[in-house]
Amino acid sequence: MTTDLKVNIGRGLVLDNPVMTASGTFGYGTEFADIFDINRLGAIIVKGTTLHHREGNPYPRMAETPSGMLNAVGLQNKGVDYFAENIYPQVKDFGCKVIVNVSGASPEDYAEVCRRLLPLEKVAAVEVNISCPNVKQGGMAFGTTCEGAASISAAVRRVWDRCMIVKLSPNVTDIASIARAAEDAGADAVSLTNTFLGMAVDVERMRPRLSTVTGGLSGPCIRPIAVRMVWQVAKAVSIPVIGLGGIMTASDALEFIMAGATAVQLGTANFVNPDASVRVLDGIAEFCERKGIKSLSEIRGII
Amino acid sequence: MKKQLIDFRTLSCLRFPNRTALLTLTPADGRTLPAMLPGQFVNIRIDTGKDTFLRRPISIYDVDRSSNSLILYVKEAGEGTGILCASREGDRYNILLPLGNGFPTDTGARKPLLVGGGVGIAPMLYLGKKLKEKGVEPRFLLGGAAQTDLLLADHFSLYGRVDLTTADGSAGVKGFVTDHSSLQNPDCDAIFCCGPTPMMKAVVEVARRHGIDCWFSLENLMACGLGACLCCVEDTKTGHRCVCTDGPVFNINDLKW
Repeated sequence: MTTDLKVNIGRGLVLDNPVMTASGTFGYGTEFADIFDINRLGAIIVKGTTLHHREGNPYPRMAETPSGMLNAVGLQNKGVDYFAENIYPQVKDFGCKVIVNVSGASPEDYAEVCRRLLPLEKVAAVEVNISCPNVKQGGMAFGTTCEGAASISAAVRRVWDRCMIVKLSPNVTDIASIARAAEDAGADAVSLTNTFLGMAVDVERMRPRLSTVTGGLSGPCIRPIAVRMVWQVAKAVSIPVIGLGGIMTASDALEFIMAGATAVQLGTANFVNPDASVRVLDGIAEFCERKGIKSLSEIRGII
Repeated sequence: MKKQLIDFRTLSCLRFPNRTALLTLTPADGRTLPAMLPGQFVNIRIDTGKDTFLRRPISIYDVDRSSNSLILYVKEAGEGTGILCASREGDRYNILLPLGNGFPTDTGARKPLLVGGGVGIAPMLYLGKKLKEKGVEPRFLLGGAAQTDLLLADHFSLYGRVDLTTADGSAGVKGFVTDHSSLQNPDCDAIFCCGPTPMMKAVVEVARRHGIDCWFSLENLMACGLGACLCCVEDTKTGHRCVCTDGPVFNINDLKW
């Protein structure tokens, strides 16, 4: 028996399997091509892309923490036009779907990035990042209120006719209401969670470990909180929910699926085990076979 | 150069009193080691640490093709490197390698000076070996706090002349590498350098004063080692660049130092 691992993310986007790599943790996929066949993944979500080139935050941008890490990269990227001219030709023929994560400082920024992505036919979806904790303008500011989430989602919806995933911030009191706001403004799916705002201090040097003082916490340390949020959001919306937050193994991914996720993303795991995503895919298939599960819909949201 | 993810088995771990160790590893499945350039590094997963989550980047000290072994010189700086230094025969590590650009060995320099400080001497041995294979006679200048930091000096003398400096004067010239005559009155035509940042910055000044071309190996905090996470960036003249993929070796003219 072979399990049907296909998942429908909405607006015609169907993935061969539910495993994706999270934005900012997998480069443009080419960085991992030596290690495993990235065409086997459901999708890769490429690095956060903005209208203009961004240098990101000063070094140091990373601190290891118990079962995780803090980062403060700050959306370093060369801008959407560079992506279209130089990166897109390298990724357009991947066997897996390619999704572009977009970010900006205003609704107009987000819409303009998406407008410039429109001619790139192989961009299967955009993931709208309203949850980056490491930029001064925009980013998480839009993701912490229903009005902000709705304004960005609606602005992108007006220009982007393919699948739109809105990536939510966990740094809020009621993530379900923000997910509903995104859904009402036209999101086809939501992904959660982005990183948790955190901080670490170098006690010997008596200074913060990150140049920005605070940064985004990721890794297995956030997983139970992310699973809880996915469970809450899945009950609150009728669009697909994509779960992420500290997934290292197939068992971790299945937690999110049973809590209601249609698909999952691996992020920080890619730094520890560059082949973690295909191992998770193989592990999900093995689990389904062992349990006699014919389709992931049988276990999705069973909690 | 194709990157690989390989399980290694520890053949030996020789510990030194200055909290460093020479770790010799071989692929557990017996496969032949991939090609590696001097100045490249490996990223090691530490599975037994309580608080070690990310891999630890360690530069390549030597590659012994006859025994199919990878040799690393590791300084205990925290829990991860502490575990590496306390390795026992048979201990296994999952290693991602080879990573980074490496030192150039085709610069045309005929009289290169290889400067290493502390655990930064590590990449200089394999570089010296490769230069010697190309018919270039390297000279080494190795610095440490004390003679106990330079117990591996004999390895280097297989490939070229070795000069030493120690801060306490217990071996070689007393002082820093920049106090040695080979940097006070340099007659080299290229410098390759790795060590603590203050030492490298002092060598930059010497190189600039004498117009000597110079390459430095940097060691920034790093996660993936593959150019994906953008954590290890150095602020260069052309913007933020990844130490893991655009480096770890940078030319003096690229750095803002």
